[in-house]
Amino acid sequence: MTQINMRVDGVTYTDDVEPRTLLVHYLREQLGKVGTVVGCDTSNCGSCTVHLDGAAVKSCTVLAVQADGGEVTTIEGLTPHGGGLHPMQKAFHEMHGLQCGFCTPGMIMAAVDLLGENPDPSESEIREGIEGNLCRCTGYQNIVRAVQQAAGELRTTGNGHAAPAEVDTAAAPHVAGQA
Amino acid sequence: MTAVEDRPAQAPEREVGKARRRKEDARLITGATTWTDNMVLPGMLHLAVVRSPVAHGKITAIDVSAAQEAPGVVAVLTGRDVADEQGSLPCAWPVTPDMVNPGHPSIAVDEVNHVGEAVAVIVARSKVAAQDAVELVDVDYDLLPAVLDMEAAVAEGARLTHDHLESNRSFHFVFDGGEAGTGSDTEQAFADAEVVVSRRFVQQRLIPAFMEPRSVVVQPQGDNYTMWSATQVPHILRVMLAMVTGVPEHKLRVVAPDVGGGFGGKLQVTPEEVISLLVARRLGKPVKWTESRSESLMTAHHGRDQIQYIDIASDREGNVKGLRCRILADMGAYLRLVSPGVPVLGAFMFNGIYKFPAYRFECDGVFTNKVPTDAYRGAGRPEATFAIERIMDELAVELGMDPLELRRRNWIKAEEFPFTTVAGMTYDSGDYETATQKALELIGYDELRAEQQHRRESGDPVQLGIGVSTFTEMCGLAPSRVLGSLSYGAGGWEQASIRMLPTGKVEVVTGSTPHGQGHETAWSQLVADRLGVPFEDVEVLHGDTSVAPRGMDTYGSRSLVVGGAAVVQAAEKVVAKARKVAAHLLEASEEDLEFTNGAFSVRGTPGAQLAIQEIALATFAAHNLPDGMEPSIDADATFDPENFSFPHGTHICAMEVDTDTGAVRIRKYACVDDVGTIVNPLIVEGQIHGGLAQGIAQALFEEAVYDADGNLTTGTFVDYLVPSAADLPHFDTGNTVHEAPGNPIGAKGVGEAGTIASTPAVVNAALDAVRHLGVRDIRMPLTPERVWRALHDGGDGGDRATAGSNAYGGASTESTTGVSTPASSLGGDR
Repeated sequence: MTQINMRVDGVTYTDDVEPRTLLVHYLREQLGKVGTVVGCDTSNCGSCTVHLDGAAVKSCTVLAVQADGGEVTTIEGLTPHGGGLHPMQKAFHEMHGLQCGFCTPGMIMAAVDLLGENPDPSESEIREGIEGNLCRCTGYQNIVRAVQQAAGELRTTGNGHAAPAEVDTAAAPHVAGQA
Repeated sequence: MTAVEDRPAQAPEREVGKARRRKEDARLITGATTWTDNMVLPGMLHLAVVRSPVAHGKITAIDVSAAQEAPGVVAVLTGRDVADEQGSLPCAWPVTPDMVNPGHPSIAVDEVNHVGEAVAVIVARSKVAAQDAVELVDVDYDLLPAVLDMEAAVAEGARLTHDHLESNRSFHFVFDGGEAGTGSDTEQAFADAEVVVSRRFVQQRLIPAFMEPRSVVVQPQGDNYTMWSATQVPHILRVMLAMVTGVPEHKLRVVAPDVGGGFGGKLQVTPEEVISLLVARRLGKPVKWTESRSESLMTAHHGRDQIQYIDIASDREGNVKGLRCRILADMGAYLRLVSPGVPVLGAFMFNGIYKFPAYRFECDGVFTNKVPTDAYRGAGRPEATFAIERIMDELAVELGMDPLELRRRNWIKAEEFPFTTVAGMTYDSGDYETATQKALELIGYDELRAEQQHRRESGDPVQLGIGVSTFTEMCGLAPSRVLGSLSYGAGGWEQASIRMLPTGKVEVVTGSTPHGQGHETAWSQLVADRLGVPFEDVEVLHGDTSVAPRGMDTYGSRSLVVGGAAVVQAAEKVVAKARKVAAHLLEASEEDLEFTNGAFSVRGTPGAQLAIQEIALATFAAHNLPDGMEPSIDADATFDPENFSFPHGTHICAMEVDTDTGAVRIRKYACVDDVGTIVNPLIVEGQIHGGLAQGIAQALFEEAVYDADGNLTTGTFVDYLVPSAADLPHFDTGNTVHEAPGNPIGAKGVGEAGTIASTPAVVNAALDAVRHLGVRDIRMPLTPERVWRALHDGGDGGDRATAGSNAYGGASTESTTGVSTPASSLGGDR
């Protein structure tokens, strides 16, 4: 067992882990951060994406001991507690960028990282930017729309967390209603 | 209770048809989810499954002693240990009276019949301890030859998948329109035909590949058991577990919490669900099993896998005269829940939207030493649609006709609905011409044809092709009497309950269990309109057999069509009961009451009205109800459809094919679907997008490949190519709306449309790009290698990889990753 120290979603933890423990297993099984999920065993699907020291990583490809001393942000800590929704979370909801929602936490964390590097990506830059994250439900079109919307909002408001925590289920204006 | 004056005079906006954003999203975008694998129970033990590394063999010895002594290991159970209690995994669909079912133990006892079959289970205090101990179980196998190729499997003198059976045939199912009285004699039609085109199409094996790996938790409480499972079918699972294990049904509760996709892949009763229940019962402790992705790809059921021999007859003018389909359908090693039913569902769809006078369908269900096949998005209908939409293009080429003109000449006209087909189905409503016109406009058909012409003339190395698929499908599974006539083991109804709470809020209980489809939002819209209550005041409950005790769950585009219809009928019953209370309280006769916008008013008496919420409270208090009325306005309804519903649409794909490299790229994709009444356009569009992705993936990317020893060589997401965002195009989608008659909502179902329609459109487009270069077929998926080989070597591009490595039925492998080497270990060594 090796002792590690880590700050996760704003809380400091000190734990003993087996050297072989993956970061995602540490997050899920020792910290109860089950918002981050495991979708594959070959680092293809990206479901487990979190931010480590500000950059997106697939937490199944990082050993917990490698993150020792690091700062981790998961989907559960994307906005400070009580801070409402991140513009990316809001955009996924508003653009219907999720169906079953299993890939969503990783997809959102990857997309936030993408906009950090490229605040105004084109459609093809978005598609290439999230190609390390697989979704089986949406066909990606509404995920692309969501990232575009979030990018627009973040460019105009900066990294504000203005959205309320409750999702708004009003009708989506970009889709025509059926009489 | 007094009349109220403050009701809004203006009618609230109708909810049905509104693009409501989903109620479900709040927990999913914040990580506040309840996936089965998230569950932790006090004292919970973890399971890991020891799996067969050989495709076919006798188990001669199992040594579990080292595993049993490993740290943290509580128990190791083999098939022999549970042989008397595990029963046989169920197959609910004996499609013929003489169908052969070899039986399917959850843990193999004497023999294994596919790679990945369970041979033992480790129970340990932690997941890692259980997984570590898997390596310590020593299993000896006497190898038997593996049966992997369907055509070889049905030949004379074939090796056997199960050596206790007489052949590799499970069933021979026939539908003959002449014999059924729905058409004329097929053989005569072909004998008289001016033109006959025959093709052999291969529907490759696919893997549903839902994103959430399967997971099961079982908690014993005395002689009661609660199972949480990542399943599409908690209700079916409960009944089947009771029948298989003997745990009485009323002692079992099954919960499907948040479920991360299914696509048919979680329409199953799995070995691991049975094993988890048996272990929890034996040890009296809660247990959890969660699969890895590799385990999922290797052992969760697969889909498709047919060889189709299709003959079409027509006259010289392009009037179709007959259709003959002979199908080999790979069952894999065993029959699972609805394995045999999948190709049989297709039997009624091969004729598509066309007016064939004669039709005959024959299908052999074939055993091979591979993981069983079962439902995957579309289940039988994509196979049928692919065959008919591909052969129509082939016939058009033979006749020198435009493929759309050939379709138009033969499809059912808008004024001919309802139309009974040669397969005996009565298509409900639609207009194929209008949908096609809209789709042609959406994609910019004329410009694309002009560009295609230009590229051909200039000898551009990148050629352009345009492919069409004008499809229909049967949805809303299913009328119980039809299922009965096809020997299915259950009905096709769905159940709903509506509970009016004292505060005016509404609980809707549905037996249709969602896993991403948005039932909570759409059902709220249905109920808001019918009861005149706010959308936000409706809560939809599902997925727990103790909360929603009756149901048939989610598959076959049935949820809205059947489950939603049950919700609507329950709402109508609530209003009927509330009307009695309202009449009593308003001192009016029921006939004089009008119910609009959630309130009863008395005709001709302005101001006298009662909201349904007030009636709910009055009923709760029960101080003043009509004589003899029980104090409840809650209602249940069970809806059994009279007929299937038949969504249709026209899908058009424009495809670029690089003739130098064989690479293909979808340039544009447009589709117009008619799914009947649209309750939520946002959700419908999302379903179409996701369906398209999976149908396109079959055409271009995905294939489950076995090597010559029966090892799945596409056992990870490195090799099994689920497309990423960069692999898929933008989709232009549209709708026409023809209500489904006989359905209280008018909805036809949308879950499978995109998948069913898109695959042939994509392949037709690729062929259209290179047909003038002599290519007449390319085997799916259209990998650059296959396309290049079809261009340069002729034929259909052949097997996926180079012969001798991992080809379908190809030469033998010398790879050390195979399991025929003594040193290999995948859960057990020789």
